[in-house]
Amino acid sequence: MTPETLLHPRREGLYCPPGDFYIDPVRPVARALITHGHADHARAGHGAVMATQRTLDIMALRYGPDFAGATQVAGAAAINGVNVSFHPAGHVLGSAQIRVEHKGLSIVVTGDYKRGVDATAEAYEPVGGDVFITEATFGLPVFRHPAPQAEIAKLLRSLEQFPERAHLVGVYALGKAQRVIRLIRDAGHDQPMYIHGALKTLCDYYQEQGINLGPLASATIDRSDKAQFAGRIVLAPPSAFAAKWAQRFPDPLICFASGWMQVRARARQRGVELPLVISDHCDWGELTETITELAPGEVWVTHGREEALVHWCDLQGITARPLNLVGYEDEAE
Amino acid sequence: MKRFAALLERLALTPARLGKIKLLKDYFRDTPDPDRGIGLAAITRDLDLKTVQPAMLRELAVERVDAELFRLSYDYVGDLAETLALIWGAAGPAVDVGLAEVVDQLNGAGRGGAPAVMRGLLDGLDTSERYALVKLATGGLRVGVSARLAKQALAGFGGVDVTEIEELWHGLEPPYTEVFGWLEGRTAKPAQAALAPFRPVMLATPLDQDNLAAMDPGEFLAEWKWDGIRVQATAEGGVRRLYSRTGDDISGAFPDVIAHMGFEGSLDGELLVRGADGQAAPFSELQQRLNRKTVSKAMMEKRPAFIRAYDLLHEEDQNLRPLPFADRRARLERFIAGLNGDRFDLSPLVEVPSWEALAAARTDPPHPVIEGLMLKRRDSIYVPGRPKGPWFKWKRDPFLIDAVLMYAQRGHGKRSSFYSDYTFGVWQGANLVPVGKAYFGFTDEELKQIDKFVRDHTVERFGPVRSVRAEADFGLVLEVAFEGLNWSSRHKSGVAMRFPRIHRLRWDKPPGEADVLTSLEAMLPPK
Ligand SMILES: [Zn+2]
Ligand SMILES: [Zn+2]
Repeated sequence: MTPETLLHPRREGLYCPPGDFYIDPVRPVARALITHGHADHARAGHGAVMATQRTLDIMALRYGPDFAGATQVAGAAAINGVNVSFHPAGHVLGSAQIRVEHKGLSIVVTGDYKRGVDATAEAYEPVGGDVFITEATFGLPVFRHPAPQAEIAKLLRSLEQFPERAHLVGVYALGKAQRVIRLIRDAGHDQPMYIHGALKTLCDYYQEQGINLGPLASATIDRSDKAQFAGRIVLAPPSAFAAKWAQRFPDPLICFASGWMQVRARARQRGVELPLVISDHCDWGELTETITELAPGEVWVTHGREEALVHWCDLQGITARPLNLVGYEDEAE
Repeated sequence: MKRFAALLERLALTPARLGKIKLLKDYFRDTPDPDRGIGLAAITRDLDLKTVQPAMLRELAVERVDAELFRLSYDYVGDLAETLALIWGAAGPAVDVGLAEVVDQLNGAGRGGAPAVMRGLLDGLDTSERYALVKLATGGLRVGVSARLAKQALAGFGGVDVTEIEELWHGLEPPYTEVFGWLEGRTAKPAQAALAPFRPVMLATPLDQDNLAAMDPGEFLAEWKWDGIRVQATAEGGVRRLYSRTGDDISGAFPDVIAHMGFEGSLDGELLVRGADGQAAPFSELQQRLNRKTVSKAMMEKRPAFIRAYDLLHEEDQNLRPLPFADRRARLERFIAGLNGDRFDLSPLVEVPSWEALAAARTDPPHPVIEGLMLKRRDSIYVPGRPKGPWFKWKRDPFLIDAVLMYAQRGHGKRSSFYSDYTFGVWQGANLVPVGKAYFGFTDEELKQIDKFVRDHTVERFGPVRSVRAEADFGLVLEVAFEGLNWSSRHKSGVAMRFPRIHRLRWDKPPGEADVLTSLEAMLPPK
């Protein structure tokens, strides 16, 4: 049996013919295995969904309780004779890698993953297989994420320098928001923090799951006194900055927590005044070290800068190819 | 180096002037000598530094990284310094090296030694320091801070007036240790040691016409306000310098003027260039000669520069600034008579029989390169800065046109959630053609109204830009004020405006009644 007969890309997503299921399909299918709750990986409308309990919870919060015909909590299972198992990916809360094994051949689908320490996600677990399928969102040697603590220190320093300005920090709702809040708290910042309404549900969920984020006030109060936000941290999805929503804050200083902020032109393009390089994805070092550590027989690269990572694998004598899957958009990270 | 690198990162993305000043002041406070002075000099471009070639950096990079991976990375990042800074993995232990030390090492590298010095520095620095290093070493430090702004921050840091800094500046050398000592109150103010130093300029305040009635025309002298750049030409003890009004030394770009400064003294005047007719040419012609370090012979022949003198600050070793303007003016007239008339002439006085007569002269100036009148009290002594009372500028009324809002772009900083930069156009047949951009002139309340209009009537979005509905019977008409119009090959419309700003919002006016391009073309100077 060749790896391609166990898993191969289709229009709907990565498909397993013997198991008759898809992994992270981008269109509605009968049976889907989902790595994590980000919208480009977890979509509503599938017949049956298998995912970690937390990913199922997150999907229900985002899409409503009827997001799929049936759900099943991930565990070691056999689907039509194909063994599947879920392993923490370190990306966001509930994120998992999916290992597929059939007739002695194994493939690991990582979804999105990272190796850096994150108090708000289950730590990555190295899982090997004959084929290792990896993303390459930051798959260029220019991407080396600095220590997130150093980035948070920049934010706190700016608050001291500009105590009259509200610091608006752009964060995506699932994962980044909670990680950034937790990093800020761990750095000893004990002032009130405000969140945009779009972040509330998931922050509440993280807290219920035992991840302490401290008290969070709503930044969406009407007729709120402008001055109360001076020198405060306000977290919001970046899309809110272009909206009228942002006009309520005193002289806002726009920050953005994203791996993309490593490239200055990106920060400038978005009108970001204080870029914070904090990512939920592997940087170049983590990608290449993981491949070296796991030493898979073959590497398939799903999305991002496939060309560079495939080239690197070639240089190392590792068989690698791009998968050309469409529909994954990690611009929003 | 860490502090300097952090400063550059913040400066490059901080749009507001006050924000930049705050960052610079904190840098001066938190950074020890000599690093802070070297950092300051790097920003004011007063730092002598041997630069390295981009090709050398590329070679260094591919010693470390596979050439194909470097190519893909450079393609993606688009900036060589940034690519190198990011891709250069730390090879050794982090080293805390000061900016002054880095500059010493770069300058000390002999022929052929530069790659080794760069390699050594890159190995010990972190990403953001590497970026600062490469930008410094390639001479590509662009952080949106003018020398003037840096000096203002320095003045703010020490709680002194910026003119005090400007006055001293040309006798100073990096790392300015004695200046920081003075600004921190530890040592005395450094003495001005240089020959031909800059003398801070006296500026006028805008005239409030309502006050004219209370002013006595007999107490004032009037002259034309020429549309060039204000300069100071000083020659002392064989040193000849031409300064901009903020004290930047622009001698290098105007050797044709410098060559004829065979005098001992300091002149204040307007720098202009002559057109083919031998007369003062429009500002756009002078602009071709600005912001250059050197100038070609052809350029000097095509656009010869000269100074139209307003004032005499020094003659021989005598400081004339404490004298009344009328006395200085008399000295100036004698002084100019002895100079080459092609390079120095006198700004003529305008008769002031009455304010009415002067107002009439203002509406009908004798030359197109006049932008208004200056009124100076006969008894005014020459003081730096912009004192209220002795000097007034009475500008010609701006040009006004009605244009239609076509595109709006999100602003920066404070205005980042507002559509605050507007591109407007006028009619050319049935189509609108963009003729300019403006981002000020409206109140906060008007900004909110335009912002709402833009959001409600967006046709298309391109990144931070939106196109808005602009049709003959629907759209927003902006009354735009501007100072002048020039030919431009860079603009589709063929015209470029000087200082356009929003004068009024014409919610009442149908766009179809806005101006047409031909009426703008009629305002252009002859080609
Ligand atoms: Zn993801
Ligand atoms: Zn993804």
